[in-house]
Amino acid sequence: MVDVDPATPLLYVLRNDLDLHGPRFGCGLGQCGACTVIIKGEAVRSCIRPVSTLAGAEITTLEGIAQNGKLHPLQQAWIDEQVPACGFCQNGQIMTAKALLDKNPTPSDAQIRQGMANTLCRCMTYYRIQSAIKRASKTMASARVESEVIA
Amino acid sequence: MTATRRDFLKTSGALVVGLTVAGDIVLDAQGTGAGPYPDLDYKQLDSWIVIRPDNTATFFVGKTDLGQGTGTAFRQIMADELDMPYDKTSCVMGVTDVTVDQGGSGGSDALQTDGYPMRRVAAEARRVLLEMAAARLGVPVAQLTVSDGVVSVTADASKRVTYGELIGGRKFNTTLTGSNINATTGAARLKDVNQFKIVGQSPKRYDIPPKVDGSLKWAVDVKVPGMLHARNVKPPVAGATLVSIDESSVKNVPGLVKVVSKGNYVAVVCEREEQAIQAARQLKVNWQKPATAAFPSSEDLYGFMRTAKPTSSTPPSIVGNPDAAMMTAAKVVEAEYEIPFQGHTSIGPAHAMADPSNNQLTIYSNDMKSYGMREGIAQFLQIPKDRIRVVWMEGPQAYGRTAADDAGFEAAYLAKELGRPVRVQWMRNEETAWDTKGPAFVVKARGGLDAQGNLIAFDYDARAADFGHLGYNEADTVLIAQLMGVRPSSPNRGSSAVPNEMYAIPNRRVTTHVVSLPTVWETPLRTGNLRDPNGPQSTFASESFIDELAAAAKVDAMEFRMRLLTSSKDDDSGFKRARSIACLKAAADAFKWDTRPSPKRLDSGEILTGRGIAYTYRSQTVVAQIAEVEVNRRTGRVWVKRIVCAHDCGLVINPEALRRTLEGGVLHSVSRTLHEEVRFDTEKVTSVDWATYPTMTHLDTPESIEIIIVNGDPNPKRPDLPHYGAGETVCKPTLAAIANAVFDATGVRMRRVPFRNERVLAALKTAKV
Repeated sequence: MVDVDPATPLLYVLRNDLDLHGPRFGCGLGQCGACTVIIKGEAVRSCIRPVSTLAGAEITTLEGIAQNGKLHPLQQAWIDEQVPACGFCQNGQIMTAKALLDKNPTPSDAQIRQGMANTLCRCMTYYRIQSAIKRASKTMASARVESEVIA
Repeated sequence: MTATRRDFLKTSGALVVGLTVAGDIVLDAQGTGAGPYPDLDYKQLDSWIVIRPDNTATFFVGKTDLGQGTGTAFRQIMADELDMPYDKTSCVMGVTDVTVDQGGSGGSDALQTDGYPMRRVAAEARRVLLEMAAARLGVPVAQLTVSDGVVSVTADASKRVTYGELIGGRKFNTTLTGSNINATTGAARLKDVNQFKIVGQSPKRYDIPPKVDGSLKWAVDVKVPGMLHARNVKPPVAGATLVSIDESSVKNVPGLVKVVSKGNYVAVVCEREEQAIQAARQLKVNWQKPATAAFPSSEDLYGFMRTAKPTSSTPPSIVGNPDAAMMTAAKVVEAEYEIPFQGHTSIGPAHAMADPSNNQLTIYSNDMKSYGMREGIAQFLQIPKDRIRVVWMEGPQAYGRTAADDAGFEAAYLAKELGRPVRVQWMRNEETAWDTKGPAFVVKARGGLDAQGNLIAFDYDARAADFGHLGYNEADTVLIAQLMGVRPSSPNRGSSAVPNEMYAIPNRRVTTHVVSLPTVWETPLRTGNLRDPNGPQSTFASESFIDELAAAAKVDAMEFRMRLLTSSKDDDSGFKRARSIACLKAAADAFKWDTRPSPKRLDSGEILTGRGIAYTYRSQTVVAQIAEVEVNRRTGRVWVKRIVCAHDCGLVINPEALRRTLEGGVLHSVSRTLHEEVRFDTEKVTSVDWATYPTMTHLDTPESIEIIIVNGDPNPKRPDLPHYGAGETVCKPTLAAIANAVFDATGVRMRRVPFRNERVLAALKTAKV
């Protein structure tokens, strides 16, 4: 149980009360994406989302996308492509990409650019992020084929 | 999640450091590491390397990794000299009480300079271990072989002993020599390049997995029991004076602990973070504005800079007789270039946590120069240095911003004032407005061509608005000190920059000046080192101008540069002229450069395409870049579609990490070319967030970036080149390469940065393109 002012942005509760490190403060204005979490399939900027609007909501953070001890394909692609420089924004990049791929598993290059457009990186790792999203999209597609074959 | 934790005893004494494989220091501010924190003795091998009974090693180095993978590279060079497998090593960086003071990071010198003491101490450890093995195995060292941390008798491999068996858990007690840390050495000889096994490979960066699974504890994540949260209340305009604070304005804020003020420094401290944010917004402070304008507005900046009396000028550097040669020129070309103040604008604002427990002070910080911060805070707060330690942790990088880390000083001050741990973080508008800025430049260039189109005279005159350039974590120049009225007797004089190329021009004059804005202190337009402090500005001017000369001579831009590089055979000790030619050729070959003068014939459609080249060096690292652009005639948008970058930094430790660093560096400069400009009126910075200080986004990303690692010397008979620096050189030529490509596409010369849509569109309209 966390007892805070209902106007408190979700970010501070995640970081300071629940001790999560994935979402991070970048701007507090919903402009950069460093604080992104996923709620009901949508990439949400937790720095401007009051906790009062989130009764009963399931919130997924970067810490929660690996399954059964196995990294999410996006996380693995981030390692394979050696994407991060400092890495501070990469929470937002990965979580925004996850929401994107969950809706559109095989985005075109233009759809990736558009879908990621407002998630900023000041080390300018954009080129590798886009490669990693394409890599993860392929990995996830072949995993789907495998699971269908097994089924 | 991260791998298992392994505890070990740091051999210098009392401090137990828990490590993960990722090198994440377990924070235990109340327990072990309770201080005091005397300087480590760099002349003890034990200060640098610990080997454990399980035959693993940890390296302790006085550097910080700003996201370029230098930690991985340090492990590679040290593991190679030591003959340990890379994956049996780990690295601790930048924590002032467990690593020697190698200065932290800056200047792209991690490998070029600081890599040497690391290599030498690792080589010395190997030498000492071989001697121990010789005694243990009863044969001379010459009859031993060492591989992967195991020493065996060459003639009988069954006789073997591991490093862990020889020294594990015990001290080397080996004294090193050297008059300073960079000179640290033992008796061992360094390996030759051809003996390296790990250097030149690309092990994946160890810091990346914990950064993508959320397990890494960053400096922003540090919490200790009883910790408070602080926010600053900055002056509303530059040079404002605090008149009064109405504390009743925040009395309804829950969790408020204290309003702190001294001089013009104001902060609020609360139990919870969101409370501190609320209190800072709500606090009513009465400020008095200064009587005169703090600076010209950003619109009037260049006019001001042109007419201001310089605060300093370098004596002109003259070759030949440029004035006389200019008189004989068949054609004289003149141009002026303008580059604005640009921000570091870190993705995460300044932050730090300071803990005053045990009558010591521990600062958790992402400061790239943690040792300097310790020194600066000791002076600022008048606390003996051995009672202070700075624990460097990963943070958002800003390529020079944390060289003078304001938040660390603020947290330390507040923690001392309140006697409790205090975490400080700046808000976005503070960071974007008040962070350190790369200086604005105005450059005038003149060139004389003879009748054959040869460049016979070159005159370069640069003015940088850099007076009062911020020092490194200085107790009298960090922002909190300025606001409290503490300041040095004279401001730093600042610097300008000259072109860095190996062109043989028979007559040249290069002059530089620094000018000052009216307000030097307590101003958001304070300059600091932004990724090659002045190189992008000077190279934008000089390499744009070389292109203008080539166009005036109706000569292909590559050909024009090659003529200037090949018309002399003189070279420096690092063969920089030969390597410049090699880089330009490598870039041209990869791009499939078509030789012709610029501009090309105007395309008929909405999209105009062109290509431009630029080249430069920094120290001994050489880089040539070719940009291909699309210019939208209707909107003015410039898209850098393709970049080819040929780069030579000598011996490469980790090619994949280098490629990533170069990709990011090029794109940082794409952002600076197209988007970035600090805007201000006459009293405050008005670009305060990502809407008003736009940066590059995913939409701007090139379709293709090709990095060609030229890696050294085109002449196989010459000695191997050492490891030079990388990270900053790559940022320098991009602005000119893009400007030259825009010219090639449109015939329009962009001489003022940034090339935002409206500026490009206006230029196209003026030129009737």
